Amino acid sequence: MLSRTADNLYWTARYVERADFLARVIDSAHRLEALPASWSGSSTEWESAIATSGAAPGFYERYGDANERSVCDYLVFNPDNPSSIRSCINTARSNVRAVRTALTSETWEALNTAWNELNSVDPNMSPEELSRFLEWVKGVALMFDGSARRTMLRNDAYWFLRLGGAMERADNTARILDVKYHLLLPATEIVGGGLDYFQWTTILREVSALTAYRWVYKENLKPWLVADLLILNRQMPRSLSSCYDVISRHLDLLGDLYGRRGPSQKLARGTLARLTGLRIDDVFQTGLHEFIEQFLVDHEKLGVAITDQYLT
Amino acid sequence: MRIRIHHTTQYSYDRPITSAVQVLRLTPRPNDAQHIARWRVETDIDGRLKAGEDSLGNLIHTLYIDGPVQRLRLMVSGEVETADTGGVLVGAVERFAPHVFLRDTPLTLPDESLRDYARQVAGATTDRLQLLHDLLGAVHRDMTFCTDATEAGSSAADAFAQRRGVCQDLAHIFIAAARFLGVPARYVSGHLVRDDGAIEQEAAHAWAEAHVEGLGWVGFDPANGDCPSERHVRVAAALDYLGAAPVRGSRFGGGREEMEVFLSVAAEHNWRNQ
Amino acid sequence: MTGTGATPFDEMHGDTPDGMRGLYGKVKLWLEQTPPETLAARRAQAELFFRRIGITFAVYGEADAAERLIPFDIIPRIISRSEWGLLERGLKQRVQTLNAFLTDIYSGQECLKAGVVPHDLIFSNPQYRLEMAGLAVPHGVFVHISGVDIVRTGEREFHVLEDNARTPSGVSYMLENREVMMRLAPELFASHHVAPVETYTDALLATLRSVAPRGADGEPTIVLLTPGRYNSAFYEHSFLADKLGIELVEGSDLFVRDDRVYMRTTDGPQRVDVIYRRLDDDFIDPLVFNPGSMLGVAGLMSAYAAGNVTLANAVGTGISDDKAVYSYMPDLVRFYTGDEPILQNVETWRCREAPSLSYVLDHLPDLVVKEVGGSGGYGMLIGPTASRAEIEAFRAKLIHAPDQFIAQPTLALSTCPTFVAQGVAPRHVDLRPFVLTGADQVRITPGGLSRVALREGSLVVNSSQGGGTKDTWVLDD
Repeated sequence: MLSRTADNLYWTARYVERADFLARVIDSAHRLEALPASWSGSSTEWESAIATSGAAPGFYERYGDANERSVCDYLVFNPDNPSSIRSCINTARSNVRAVRTALTSETWEALNTAWNELNSVDPNMSPEELSRFLEWVKGVALMFDGSARRTMLRNDAYWFLRLGGAMERADNTARILDVKYHLLLPATEIVGGGLDYFQWTTILREVSALTAYRWVYKENLKPWLVADLLILNRQMPRSLSSCYDVISRHLDLLGDLYGRRGPSQKLARGTLARLTGLRIDDVFQTGLHEFIEQFLVDHEKLGVAITDQYLT
Repeated sequence: MRIRIHHTTQYSYDRPITSAVQVLRLTPRPNDAQHIARWRVETDIDGRLKAGEDSLGNLIHTLYIDGPVQRLRLMVSGEVETADTGGVLVGAVERFAPHVFLRDTPLTLPDESLRDYARQVAGATTDRLQLLHDLLGAVHRDMTFCTDATEAGSSAADAFAQRRGVCQDLAHIFIAAARFLGVPARYVSGHLVRDDGAIEQEAAHAWAEAHVEGLGWVGFDPANGDCPSERHVRVAAALDYLGAAPVRGSRFGGGREEMEVFLSVAAEHNWRNQ
Repeated sequence: MTGTGATPFDEMHGDTPDGMRGLYGKVKLWLEQTPPETLAARRAQAELFFRRIGITFAVYGEADAAERLIPFDIIPRIISRSEWGLLERGLKQRVQTLNAFLTDIYSGQECLKAGVVPHDLIFSNPQYRLEMAGLAVPHGVFVHISGVDIVRTGEREFHVLEDNARTPSGVSYMLENREVMMRLAPELFASHHVAPVETYTDALLATLRSVAPRGADGEPTIVLLTPGRYNSAFYEHSFLADKLGIELVEGSDLFVRDDRVYMRTTDGPQRVDVIYRRLDDDFIDPLVFNPGSMLGVAGLMSAYAAGNVTLANAVGTGISDDKAVYSYMPDLVRFYTGDEPILQNVETWRCREAPSLSYVLDHLPDLVVKEVGGSGGYGMLIGPTASRAEIEAFRAKLIHAPDQFIAQPTLALSTCPTFVAQGVAPRHVDLRPFVLTGADQVRITPGGLSRVALREGSLVVNSSQGGGTKDTWVLDD
């Protein structure tokens, strides 16, 4: 397969995943904001939404203040923000258009249809409309992933898609942890504290795991269990550990197909092995923040290795 | 005249390049005015030089480089025995009939003011050789030699508008005007022994050739205002600079490029100074 | 000449307004039985289909029209087997002549020596690539893929309007139009025996395979080189690559090492043998042509000259698209084949010749004037519909650079029934059949792309100028 094709597939999956993630982040911030002040405390949810999205530098160059209006404007429709939902879908569609022969028509049409619909959307939306729009974005991601899963040959094209999706997922989960780690530290464990409770549910919503938590732990919300779910739990598809399972598996498939393994397989396996051997107590012992920072450094290294090995 | 030439081009890059291709027109062909006593083209890295010729008959080398390479040297050295033929080219390889060289190229397309100039210079002159000598004198007189007014991609019209340029620009202006007047003309790249005795030079030389029935191709050097003599070494000829360029290259990776050229052209009596 | 100024030939009704050509019998019946609302609904469905699969094109110079649809007309154009037989023989002869001509002007130049074509017409033409002189193209084929524009002026009268020997496009429309017609008018389709067009992709692949360089061992690697996703014909490039099962590459995906071409893959460099290139000569190698080109492959011409890669079409075929060269085609057919041309040219005045120029200047309101190097309907004057100011502006251009122009009579292009706002009405059409030339044989898919001028009375069928397309049925009888 052409390196450029692999690159386009990998990044298409990343952009679709990112659009889905942004929709969740905005949706969760909305819910938190909708709480009465006595429950939610001083509201910083929009600042934290911007920080979690990873778009803070560009945002503060254009807006003084993070509030519902400015954040939604920047993260949803702003064409100057390369990571707005609109830009993500545009870029993803333009990427696959360049390599559409590598996709099934169903998978291509999932994105092309979304792109056509997006072009007819009026950005001036009421909160209800916005909420419906965010649901639509999640639907696009489901449609794209689903079409790929149901129709594509299990070959390198499919594996690069899966690899990109998992790389972006891990990135997003790690970013939430990086911004909100302080909420999960044991010191903040105040029984019945309204703010924290809703912050934790917000985190879980952002990774679409509120119900999953109950099924897995059968317990009330405990911050270290939230951390466990996001970092180590293999059942939870957005946990770092699950993502690395997918990453490493697909890199190995590629390695087998091409008959050689390189730096990216080595790095991915290393991280997966570390995550597998860990207990959440160990993570808190060495420091949650330090752990996440190290993870982000390693993750970035893996991204570079994949690019060097396959995508150029 | 026995002429010795050393010509080194050195490229250095911010980051190592992963690969590169270059087409080199650095090797002269013999004709009645020049005998090539020895000539070498080399590089200091592990690359492959393939010798060949282009469709106009110029000798070329294609250089393929596999990186990583951060510095690259291209070294040309040789000795040529020259004779004066009064500017008339005899015994050279010709692949096309002269009227092919009536074609305009983006670098030699005259604009209105250059066309006016050509008309004025031509006046009522009907003798083609006389006309070309008039044009040679005019371009030499009206253009100021200046190294910072133009660049490699400047066209004849650009340079003419400024009335300033280097030998490449003057040759382009001569060619553009000659073609406009219906005379086949072409660009020649080469080397020149300077008459002030200076051996080190900043850049290679360039001039023009125009076709005169009965005589054939005749050289005109507008930078010097005369016809090429035994001081000239003719390397390549084409429709314009791009076709005769000593080096055309493309690379993958590398970031910013810096290029340094060391060139010395010395006649036999100056060899000990070289 | 026949057809000039006369009533156009109506392909459904023939030469008489209330007549009827048997070919169209079932179509006429179908049109009578299908209410306009149904036709409109089916057209809307077709549009939706094209939009969904993304079959769009870009119009240069239009800021907002990043991706537009070419209007599709739901009424098929019908050609009989015997008419097609005539066209097929004529096309074969035409394209064989093109190849012989290109081979000749880049090697022995017999046609110049024999005085069939003037020297300066070739040598001063920038489309004559000096770089190709003496270069032995693999298997001696220059034009592998051509799309010859044919206009019809009568029952048995077909004329060649243009020989497109560079990178002709439109074949994806030929294939997709058929797909849509089979979906939207299955009953009409079933009642005819229509020669299939989907064999085109197999024929193209066989053609490209047959011209692989002799050194290529085993199955040759074939790629399609596109200028990229912003090119107006990008849809077609990706469509064809997909149908052929070959990689769609951009210049940056390829590189040349030791006079061999490779593509960058996730599995390391892979050797490339045949490049179906949809990128113009000027851009294919920055070391030889336009040095500013970011779309090409540095060193490609070195590999080509070394005989290590096949370019389809060859470099330098644009000279035969020149409209002044076109005017010599009947003579060239006689010169190279020894036979009379089967397909006629449109009568052409070469403005480079003084008597022709003065005739053209005297008759501008009646003539179509074209730039010799123009294409796509740009840069031409249609005398009968032009304003006085437009005519005068063209007169000045003609006087200033006569050798840049030719003139032709305004042809009465044939018409076909077309579904437009006013209902079903006759509209002017042309036809672009696609001719494939391999090392082994010439392959022509029955049919082609019919383009239709949707505006009443308009003779301009180019999609960039508001033309539409039709499915073209060659009926097996």
